[in-house]
Amino acid sequence: MSERILTKRRRLLAAASALPILSAFASARAQAPQDVVLTNVSYDPTRELYKAINDAFAKQWQASTGQKVTVRASHGGSGKQARSVIDGLEADVVTLALAGDIDAIARESKRLPDNWQSRLPNNSSPYTSTIVFVVRRGNPKGIKDWPDLARQGVSVVTPNPKTSGGARWNYLAAWAYELDRVEGDQAAARKFVEAIYRNVPVLDSGARGSTTTFAQRAVGDVAISWENEAFLILQEFGADKFEIVVPLFSILAEPPVALVDAVVDKRGTRKVAQAYLDFLYSPAAQKIIARNFYRPVKPDAADPADLARFPKIKLVTIDQVFGGWAKAQAEHFADGGQFDRIYKPSGKAVVR
Amino acid sequence: MSDAALSGWLPRVRKPSALPGFGLTLGFAVSYLSLIVLIPLAVLVARAGTLGLDGIWRVATTPRVLAALEVSFFISAAAALVNAVFGVIVAWVLVRYEFPGKRLLDAAVDLPFALPTAVAGIALAALYAENGWIGGLFVPFGIKIAFTPLGILVALIFIGLPFVVRTVQPVLQDFDREVEEASATLGATRRQTVFRVVLPSLTPALLTGVALAFARAVGEYGSVIFIAGNMPFVSEIAPLLIVTKLEEFDYAGAAAIATVMLAISFLALLAINGLQAFSRRRFGHA
Amino acid sequence: MRSALSEGRAVRWTLIALGVGFLALFLVIPLLAVFSEALRRGMEPFLAAFDEPDTQSAIGLTLLVAAIAVPLNLVFGVAAAWAVAKFEFRGKSILVSLIDLPFSVSPVVAGLVYVLLFGAKGLLGPLMDDWQFKIIFAVPGIVLATIFVTFPFIARELIPLMQEQGTAEEEAALTLGASGWRTFLTVTLPNVRWALLYGVLLCNARAMGEFGAVSVVSGHIRGLTNTMPLHVEILYNEYNFVAAFAVASLLAGLALVTLGAKSVLEWRYGDGLARIHRH
Repeated sequence: MSERILTKRRRLLAAASALPILSAFASARAQAPQDVVLTNVSYDPTRELYKAINDAFAKQWQASTGQKVTVRASHGGSGKQARSVIDGLEADVVTLALAGDIDAIARESKRLPDNWQSRLPNNSSPYTSTIVFVVRRGNPKGIKDWPDLARQGVSVVTPNPKTSGGARWNYLAAWAYELDRVEGDQAAARKFVEAIYRNVPVLDSGARGSTTTFAQRAVGDVAISWENEAFLILQEFGADKFEIVVPLFSILAEPPVALVDAVVDKRGTRKVAQAYLDFLYSPAAQKIIARNFYRPVKPDAADPADLARFPKIKLVTIDQVFGGWAKAQAEHFADGGQFDRIYKPSGKAVVR
Repeated sequence: MSDAALSGWLPRVRKPSALPGFGLTLGFAVSYLSLIVLIPLAVLVARAGTLGLDGIWRVATTPRVLAALEVSFFISAAAALVNAVFGVIVAWVLVRYEFPGKRLLDAAVDLPFALPTAVAGIALAALYAENGWIGGLFVPFGIKIAFTPLGILVALIFIGLPFVVRTVQPVLQDFDREVEEASATLGATRRQTVFRVVLPSLTPALLTGVALAFARAVGEYGSVIFIAGNMPFVSEIAPLLIVTKLEEFDYAGAAAIATVMLAISFLALLAINGLQAFSRRRFGHA
Repeated sequence: MRSALSEGRAVRWTLIALGVGFLALFLVIPLLAVFSEALRRGMEPFLAAFDEPDTQSAIGLTLLVAAIAVPLNLVFGVAAAWAVAKFEFRGKSILVSLIDLPFSVSPVVAGLVYVLLFGAKGLLGPLMDDWQFKIIFAVPGIVLATIFVTFPFIARELIPLMQEQGTAEEEAALTLGASGWRTFLTVTLPNVRWALLYGVLLCNARAMGEFGAVSVVSGHIRGLTNTMPLHVEILYNEYNFVAAFAVASLLAGLALVTLGAKSVLEWRYGDGLARIHRH
């Protein structure tokens, strides 16, 4: 008797055990029909910028169309964010640290066309930035320009280029500087960059982690940083503790933005997503951009006081020096590339 | 599926027992295990398999990966050993002695489970950095903790501590004091009683705890990257290399390193479980 | 006078000092650091952190995920412990090792396996897309990753205890005519209730605190797929240290409260129970 009941129970339990798992899968998000939600997948240091932009855009869009729009933001390391979009994160727009990451999305997922970068003005970059140095108050090590970072006894903080988009700009800026100085001698540039990385005691995985290591943990004499991030360090941690040192030569960082066609068509958000990207080039947005320490591509609309904060630097582009992101990525940051070759087995792997 | 199949197949592989529910519980446990753990891990191994065995071998034996594996496994083992010693002391103190604040400490032991690993990493890095409360104490001796392999050790001790304490503690609690009395009556000194009678019966539980602490430490990522320094060949852990591979969109390479780690950890677990079964037989049930 | 049944005074206090010192260095001080950072600017900014809608939605999501993951692992833990502890069968030690396996899988990999399975380029990704079924970068993925990392906790607590208790009591109950289910409810369950409660508490604490695995499958969309630990990281990365540690201290506090409750229960009823189950 008990055998029969057990068999029955067994079947019931088998069925019941599958249920909760299935119902967990079935959860869906509810949305009011007229309201619209956009997802902007962005990189690390743009949090403050897009907080301001999103509010401004929502106001403007509601005023002109009557529709309520909420822009949800996701921030993280640029490469990690790109991978999430490839793996299916439904981003209506992506606003990443470098074109190489959006190229990867186009190549790996086909969610946007290969020519995405030509669809918006200025290589799809509504703002630019560059790479500068942050030092401790009084600049005790007398850091002035790139060669000072390669000096013995100077401790340099920069994140890992393998995991951080900003760190790639840092690395390429150093390389471009030396290449310019020695007039194209790649071997010399390599030696120079290697000397800088010999001075790096901590390779954080992201730009923000690196900032914290430098500012909070008091590690290092100089941090290589995005220009906007450098201003933010002064603002957040106190201008009485840190100083910005601007090198005479640096790289023009062009963080691009793009519409993810497959997602906006599926969700029916193409119009508002396109408007969001166009808005970035509008005078109102350009003003916000300058206020948040990014260099606006249309400076006319920006507050002159904000613009005055950006020093004049000789800037080169990645296309001029490295022949574009695809080439730079393969040569420098791919597995076994130039960056990997800086680090060699020390013979004794664990220092105890 | 497995349920009906198992109950037809199992009577031959199990010893007869009067208790019911074997097919049901084993069937459910195995199905659930397969759905949540085994099938997803099989997908991982299959992904690594696209490289072929020699491909996996090539990825796993590059000097950088070897160094990271060495860092991960060596420091995890060191942390597990530290936890073995201090875990037993802590469990002993919490079970056998009375002192003020004991209950609070007892509750705090589980903290590493509850605290998000990222928070733990940030808090530990702040404390053990040269300008931190604890790290500052070591500066005069020229010892750096945060951003060196020692920092990894600190994080992994933190992560693994509760495993040892919580597996040893209940066994010690249930330990029959009469056995100790008998030992003392037979003329053993206290030291002999503790080292020859009590500690051996803790061995199976201790081994389990150490195994779990070790296995957990090998894979730990969130708390370590904040305090490790992440320097290749010195303080770069294997899980970080997996993340690095992913950033390069090299899924197969990432899966290959993950598979190698998985294989080593699983063999370690299997060995320790075997050792545990052996000591259970050897020392009687704990 | 030295007793043969306990250690000398010096030994005892040395051990206490060692144990307490070790816990202080590795647990108590980090915990204090979290709370002191959270309260650095006083109560008001601390409380203000919880006024944020994004923080509230993160707390809600974390509770939801734990509410799904913990019961599932509870049923599994009991079933697995019953099969493993009460029966002898071939392959048992492999099964036990496999149950431990999720402990040895890096949380990063735990997230990765589900991406490989359900991601857009994964094995079942296209299928999920056809069914309009979102797993990765949505709540189900977060639940799955959480179940994975907390998988062994309850089974791990129950198996050794039930093994130790043997089958005599259950056999007696069955001989006296009780059904299998009744035997489990009235004999087995009371015997393991502390271990069970304990396993649930640990499982729950870990489920709420998991970071690495969830981080891989979450997508980090504010107000939508952010759990508390992820939100802590976000706040920290926004240089909002007080709010970050406020949310972290809530997690730590939650754990301390549940563990405190457990201690009280154990203390009030534990002795009586321990006596019962020893005989």
